[in-house]
Amino acid sequence: MKKEFKFLYFAPYLLWLLLFVIAPVALIFYYSFFNVNHQFTLNNYITFFTSGTYLTMTANSVWFAFLITAMTLLISYPMAYFITKLKYRNLWILLVILPTWINLLLKAYAFIGLFSHNGLVNQIFNFFGIPAQQLLFTNTSFILVAAYIQIPFMVLPIYNSLLEINPSLVQASKDLGATSWQTFKKIIIPLSIPGIKSGVQIVFIPSLSLFMLSRLIGGNKIITLGTAVEEHFLTTMNWGMGSTIGVVLIISMFIVTILTHTSKKRRVAK
Amino acid sequence: MSKSKFSWGNLYLIFTFLLMYAPIVFLIVYSFSTGDSMTNYHGFTFKHYQELLADKRMIAIFLNTILIALLSSVFATIIGAAGAIGISNQKRQKNKEILLSFNNILIVSPDVIMGASFLIFFTALKLPLGFWSVLLSHIAFEIPIVVLMLLPHLNELSDSLLTAAKDLGSSSYQTFSKIVLPFIQPGLIAGFFMAITYSLDDFAVTFFVTGNGFSTLSVEIYSRARQGISLEINALAGIMFIFSLILVIIYYFIENNHSQSNKKVKARLRGKL
Repeated sequence: MKKEFKFLYFAPYLLWLLLFVIAPVALIFYYSFFNVNHQFTLNNYITFFTSGTYLTMTANSVWFAFLITAMTLLISYPMAYFITKLKYRNLWILLVILPTWINLLLKAYAFIGLFSHNGLVNQIFNFFGIPAQQLLFTNTSFILVAAYIQIPFMVLPIYNSLLEINPSLVQASKDLGATSWQTFKKIIIPLSIPGIKSGVQIVFIPSLSLFMLSRLIGGNKIITLGTAVEEHFLTTMNWGMGSTIGVVLIISMFIVTILTHTSKKRRVAK
Repeated sequence: MSKSKFSWGNLYLIFTFLLMYAPIVFLIVYSFSTGDSMTNYHGFTFKHYQELLADKRMIAIFLNTILIALLSSVFATIIGAAGAIGISNQKRQKNKEILLSFNNILIVSPDVIMGASFLIFFTALKLPLGFWSVLLSHIAFEIPIVVLMLLPHLNELSDSLLTAAKDLGSSSYQTFSKIVLPFIQPGLIAGFFMAITYSLDDFAVTFFVTGNGFSTLSVEIYSRARQGISLEINALAGIMFIFSLILVIIYYFIENNHSQSNKKVKARLRGKL
């Protein structure tokens, strides 16, 4: 192939890399050093790391993301495990994926109805003699809805890693006299760790920035890093501070990615 | 393998699947209720669907959303395909890895960061917010997905096949159109569909770059849901559910069909070589 042709067809993609991947990230870093009046300053970072509000907000956001991830994992692992045992498991896993094709906002909207004061959940509570509760705009409802939305993204990687486990290992463990609980604990869970890690990675990072859910379901009470970015960019128009929080978000994303990274070499060595 | 049909595992699955689908069923059931809230079912009606169809603003937004999804997916598929071919043509493994990690940045980065950084970018370029900024953003976040869907297909394409074509005197264009393109076609279609679903599903990025005059369904649902419940949104949910169901069915039909014909092609090629 001629060199020019080679470059020409690749050019739009490289241009995309430059304009929509590198430039925006660079711009966020750049803007984080400017105040509202477009003057160069380190104040955004100083404010962030010295003010109690921003630090508690970050800690809260990480804590909520942790709770959401833990809850999703707790629900999804058994799901993935039991689905691998089913005869028509491809169909069932398709049914797990199907809800992800439905707009996230519609799912959140459904919960506004379900959790409302006279909503279905409270009606069920009444049926069992529990008085109606304030469900909407609470931390619990925020975590529940976020976990609900993330379940398919956790089930899928775990399901794939469970399928990769060599059945002869399970057989061998049983032959050597292990109970099914021992087999599960010593063979299946350790071998599905890569799936758990990528599931955690896929769920944790977006959970830091679900601003639409914290607005619609959390009732503005829960301020996550994502909500703070949105507010600074679209409401108070303090792009500098918004970018600073964005940079913090990008850095936490890298930390999570590094923590959940599984090198293939190590997996083979084990 | 199990002795009895009952098992705790299946019970758990039934329970979780019921929970997963309950909110969706709930939404759609109430789209047919005569009342105007999602609390008590009052009897069957198509009223909300009629209101929806009479709502000119909603229809315009619906058409905008579809237009953005289709246009952005076409562009993303073309640029993404060129990118994937370019990446797989890299001779050095190191270059490949660097390009891929840059490719994946947008996939792993949170929506809010993408939205905020695109907003800064468009403002810096003095590009007005609206149709074009939304379209460009959608193309931007769909490209890496198309690339990822195509790379496995390109990796399967053996070098000997390309060398054979060259030896037999085909030009690079001929090699591309007669060998590479048919070979990666299933990946192209899968990537195109994935891009459409990403576009239809996106809220956060669009929300940041949409400006005042232009809106997509996600943004519209968000602003209406913040005002409270209106069963017109339920009707919209019903329509969108059917729509995504059709998309899923088409997608899996094409996928299965192609993986079979692809296997046939591969078997035939292996026989020939």
